[in-house]
Amino acid sequence: MAEDKSRSETGRESREAAAQRAAIAVRPGEFQRHGSGRREKVFEMKGIEVLYSGVSAVKGISMDVHRNDITALIGPSGCGKSTLLRCLNRMNDLIPGAEVRGELLYHGEDLYGPTVDPVQARKLIGMVFQKPNPFPKSIYDNVAFGPRILGEKDDLDGKVERALREAALWEEVKDRLQDNAFGLSGGQQQRLCIARCIAVQPDTILMDEPCSALDPISTGKIEDLMIELKKEFSIVIVTHNMQQAARVSDRTAFLMVELDADEENRWGRLVEYDETEKIFTNPSDKRTEDYVSGKVG
Amino acid sequence: MTGPAGIPNERTRLAVAGARATVAASLKEQPRRDVVLNATFAGLLLLAVLLALAGLVALLAQAFVTGAPALGVDLVTNVPSTLHPENAGFRPAIIGSLELIAGVILFVVPIGIGAAIYLEEYADKTRWWNRAIEVNIQNLAAVPSIIYGILGLAFIVRGPLDLGFILAAGSLTLALLVLPVVVIAAREAIRAVPDSIRQGSLALGATQWQTIRAQVLPAAISGIATGVILAVSRALGEAAPLLLVGATVFVTFDPTPFSGDGYSALPVQIFQYATRPQEDFQTVAAAGVIVMLAVLLAMNSFAIWLRNRYEQRW
Repeated sequence: MAEDKSRSETGRESREAAAQRAAIAVRPGEFQRHGSGRREKVFEMKGIEVLYSGVSAVKGISMDVHRNDITALIGPSGCGKSTLLRCLNRMNDLIPGAEVRGELLYHGEDLYGPTVDPVQARKLIGMVFQKPNPFPKSIYDNVAFGPRILGEKDDLDGKVERALREAALWEEVKDRLQDNAFGLSGGQQQRLCIARCIAVQPDTILMDEPCSALDPISTGKIEDLMIELKKEFSIVIVTHNMQQAARVSDRTAFLMVELDADEENRWGRLVEYDETEKIFTNPSDKRTEDYVSGKVG
Repeated sequence: MTGPAGIPNERTRLAVAGARATVAASLKEQPRRDVVLNATFAGLLLLAVLLALAGLVALLAQAFVTGAPALGVDLVTNVPSTLHPENAGFRPAIIGSLELIAGVILFVVPIGIGAAIYLEEYADKTRWWNRAIEVNIQNLAAVPSIIYGILGLAFIVRGPLDLGFILAAGSLTLALLVLPVVVIAAREAIRAVPDSIRQGSLALGATQWQTIRAQVLPAAISGIATGVILAVSRALGEAAPLLLVGATVFVTFDPTPFSGDGYSALPVQIFQYATRPQEDFQTVAAAGVIVMLAVLLAMNSFAIWLRNRYEQRW
C-alpha cells in the first residue's frame, strides 16, 4: 500500500516537475480542458507528413494519443510506424535531411514550434528502442545517467531504486548494481532501458518494437510491465506483433503503404485508428480487416 | 528398369555402377596439379613472412652483438664524449627525448582528440570540405618526417613563432608530425562507438556535448590511448626533423625545454656516435640502439596490453 501511495505521489510530482522543466509552458488548469472526449490528449496530430531528403515516408497522419493509454501503431514493414514514432520526441531532427510537416501538438503546444527546445522535449517524452541499448557502464550508472545530466544529483540512490522497482527489475539486480550492464540478459537489458527512461520522469514513453529482439518469456514480462506503467505514463508502442497490440493496447492505429499513380513512390498512410477491440473484432476498413485476419502481410 | 522377374538387368547394373564410379571419382582426392599449386602458394606466402622477419631479426642480432660490451648503467648516466668511447653515455639524450615526448603528449592529446571529436560528431559529412579534410589528414600522416623538420625550421624556430632552437620547438615539430596519426586513431575509436549508444543518450534528453563527454569519449578512450602511445613511440624514434630544429649533437648538460643552449635526443645521439670513425663508438651507438629498442618495445607492448585489457566489446 505504501508503495502504491508513493508511486502516485511520484506521479503527481513528476507531472509538476516535468511541467516546470519544459520549455513548453503548460498551465495546470489546461490539463483538463483539452480533448473533446473524456480524457486529456497528450499528442494531437493533424496532417503529419515526414520527408527524408524530399521523399515522403508518411503522409496525412491525423490522430490523437490520449493520456494513460497504451496506443499501438501496427502495420506491415516499411509503412512508416517508426518514422511516425520518432516524430513524437523529435528524434527525426537527428537525421540529416529529415523534415516534418503538419501540426503536432503536445499537451496543446506545438512541439515543432520555434520556442521549443528538442532536448527539453526529449526529457518529457522518453524512448525505448528495438534492440536494448544499455550504456557500457554499471547498472547503477545506467539508471543514474539521466538524473545526473539533468543536474538532479540529490538522492540518486533513491531515484535509481525507484526507477528499477517501477521497471520490475529491482529484485533481480539490487545486489549487483555495480556490475556491468552488458552482463544482463536481453530481457533484463530492455527493462534496464525502461528504468533508465523512467528515472528522468517523463510523462510519455515511446517504445519502438521493444520486444522484437526478446524471447517470449521476457516479452511477457515487459507486456505486464507496460500495463502497470500506463497508470503513470502514456505509452505509444510500435509493434510488428499484432497479438501483442491486441493484448496490451487500448487504442490501435493501423498504417499501410500507399503507392502513387506510377508506382514509383511509396509512403505510409493511416488507414484506421480506433479502440483496440474494435480494430481487431470489427474494423471499419477492409484493409484493416485483411491485415488483422492475416490475409495480407 | 527391371526385367520381367523384378531382378535388375545387366544394363541397369552397368548404369548404376557407372554412376557410382563417377560420383566416387568426383569426391576423391584432388588432381595432382591442384595439390601442388596449393602447396606452392602456401610456401610462397610463408617465404614472404620469413623474409620480413629475417630483416628485423638480422637488425636486432647485429645491434645486440655489437652493442653488448657497452651495456651498463654508465650508458644512461654518463654524458657523451667525443674522445673517450669507454666513458661515453646518453644521459642528456635520454633526458632530452623524455622532455620532447612530454611536450608532444601535451600538445597532441587535446588538439588531436578535439579535432577527431569535431570531425566525427559535429562536422556535416556531406560537405565537400569535410571530405577534403578527411583525405588530407591521411596524406599528412604519410609526409616524410624531414619535411616536418623544414616546416619547424621555417615557422617554429624562425618565422611567426620565432622560438629559436629550443627543445620546445623540437617538441612542437614532432607533435605536428604525429598529430595526424593521433587524429586518425581517435576518429577510428570514436567511430567504433555504436550509434545506438548516442541515440539512447539523446533520447534521455542529453545534449550532444553531454553525450560525447559522458558516453562516447569514455567508450572510445582505450582506442584513443593506444593511438596516442603509438604516435608518441614514433616521435621518440625520429631523428631527421630534429636535426633541422636544433638538436645539437654535443650537449653535456641536462637539456631544459626553453633554454637556448641546445638539446639532444636519443636517435640523434646514436646517429652521431655511429658516424664517428673509431670502432669503439660504433659499440656505443649499437648500445644506444638497444636502449632505444627496449624503450620502444616497452611502449608498444604497453599500448597493446592497454588496448586488449580495456577494449570495449560491443
